[in-house]
Amino acid sequence: MRYSGFRILKEALTGHKGWGHAWRDPEPQASYDYIIIGGGGHGLATAYYLAKEFKQARIAVLEKGYLGGGNVGRNTTIIRSNYLLDGNEPFYEFSLKLWEGLEQDFNYNAMVSQRGIINLIHTDAARDAATRRGNAMILNGADAELLNRDQVRAMYPFLNFDNARFPIKGALMQRRGGTVRHDAVAWGYARGADGLGVDLIQNCEVTGMRIENGKILGVETSRGFIGAKKVGVAVAGSSSKVMAHAGMRLPMESHVLQAFVSEGLKPLIDGVMTFGAGHFYVSQSDKGGLVFGGDIDGYNSYAQRGNLPVVEDVIEGGMALMPMIGRARLLRTWGGIMDMSMDGSPIIDRTHIDGLYFNGGWCYGGFKATPASGWCFAHLLAKDEPHVTAKAYRFDRFLKGLMIDEKGQGAQPNLH
Amino acid sequence: MIIHHPILGPRDAQEFVYLGDASLIGRPDGLTASIEDFHNYTYLRDNPAGAHRELWYHEQGDRSWLVVTRNTVTHEILQVELARDVARAEGRSK
Repeated sequence: MRYSGFRILKEALTGHKGWGHAWRDPEPQASYDYIIIGGGGHGLATAYYLAKEFKQARIAVLEKGYLGGGNVGRNTTIIRSNYLLDGNEPFYEFSLKLWEGLEQDFNYNAMVSQRGIINLIHTDAARDAATRRGNAMILNGADAELLNRDQVRAMYPFLNFDNARFPIKGALMQRRGGTVRHDAVAWGYARGADGLGVDLIQNCEVTGMRIENGKILGVETSRGFIGAKKVGVAVAGSSSKVMAHAGMRLPMESHVLQAFVSEGLKPLIDGVMTFGAGHFYVSQSDKGGLVFGGDIDGYNSYAQRGNLPVVEDVIEGGMALMPMIGRARLLRTWGGIMDMSMDGSPIIDRTHIDGLYFNGGWCYGGFKATPASGWCFAHLLAKDEPHVTAKAYRFDRFLKGLMIDEKGQGAQPNLH
Repeated sequence: MIIHHPILGPRDAQEFVYLGDASLIGRPDGLTASIEDFHNYTYLRDNPAGAHRELWYHEQGDRSWLVVTRNTVTHEILQVELARDVARAEGRSK
């Protein structure tokens, strides 16, 4: 069924009896051409693009819980392509372009809102760095603008411009950045993939991989063995656990990142704002809640909850930037598990096992990458060669010294 | 999280800096190890869900390095040792 304005009218006149389920709930078949492990944003996007753009094949997505129950349902919904390095920026700009056409493409309202993102500048050195970054963005086909102090003040007059430690001197702005309704991304891709014949199998945890003579034959699951010609793993947060079934150790640690939302307030922040120096970023949801976050907790964790010191640290950042935030009540906090890679950048690559492919290491930036991650992973699965924008995301970049280290922190995952 | 320091007793985890997996104690010999050995040492991790031995540095305390065994699923701290003792037991120091 295609969703449209006419459809809403028709259903309104007929008692909303014709909507039906958005996707099927099929039993797993004995084997598939492609199995995607992980029914989150990236896995569902991979299945969708694999079915739509690359191959008409028998495809299944295996999800241990429910669709979109992991990080795609736990992030702060920001999209942007304001990266610096050559290995990253073309990929994220490709992703932003896919976001721009996404809702028409998969016929689902994902509430893509290009409300603009600014990164605040506090020093001359930071302005130089922002200028360089903005030029790198423009060279890769993205948009970037350098705002002065008055332009920022016109947008957000309530900020603490004269903070003694971090006075606001300007900002780097990307007007095409913004926010997306995160759950709707998972639902839209799920519905789109299902409509193209992909089996979305929930409550199906992968418990092992059957590998013989260096080739994958299928996966053991909580619902029995399922054969496959090719298996793609897209389970960021749990990557090390799943790839351990193939005997692989990964260049990453799992860390917990917390996020926060305040009570609903009147319209205050119409874009996205990042206060990098204060380890704080914020946007306002359509329901009025301030959605904000900061640093990861900084120690290995698989618990989807963090600890109070980071709560205090994030809120201190918020108070420094916009002191009136102290009058708002905090409604909810939550945590998600990140694959923190050794250079802060992801991996989309084949493995040394024939037919086994990997997508992960997204650190805390996976949401914005969802469309391009799915597209590039589908490209890799279908054609056995990387997409032109994802060529740098290789496993062996650490061995070859080709790290993509945006923050220049080295092999210290909790600092990226 | 409260880390029970072997010398100083219970201390808040905020006083510490986290480094990562305690296997970092076992640095390969720079004169004999292969590039692959160093790659595996520097970049690859077991990253277990469950008990994890990891290095914490008591920066705002006595500046000792500790090996903390902690459950990464529950954040429960199971054991705390001085990294010096662990390293010596592994034959790292003379």
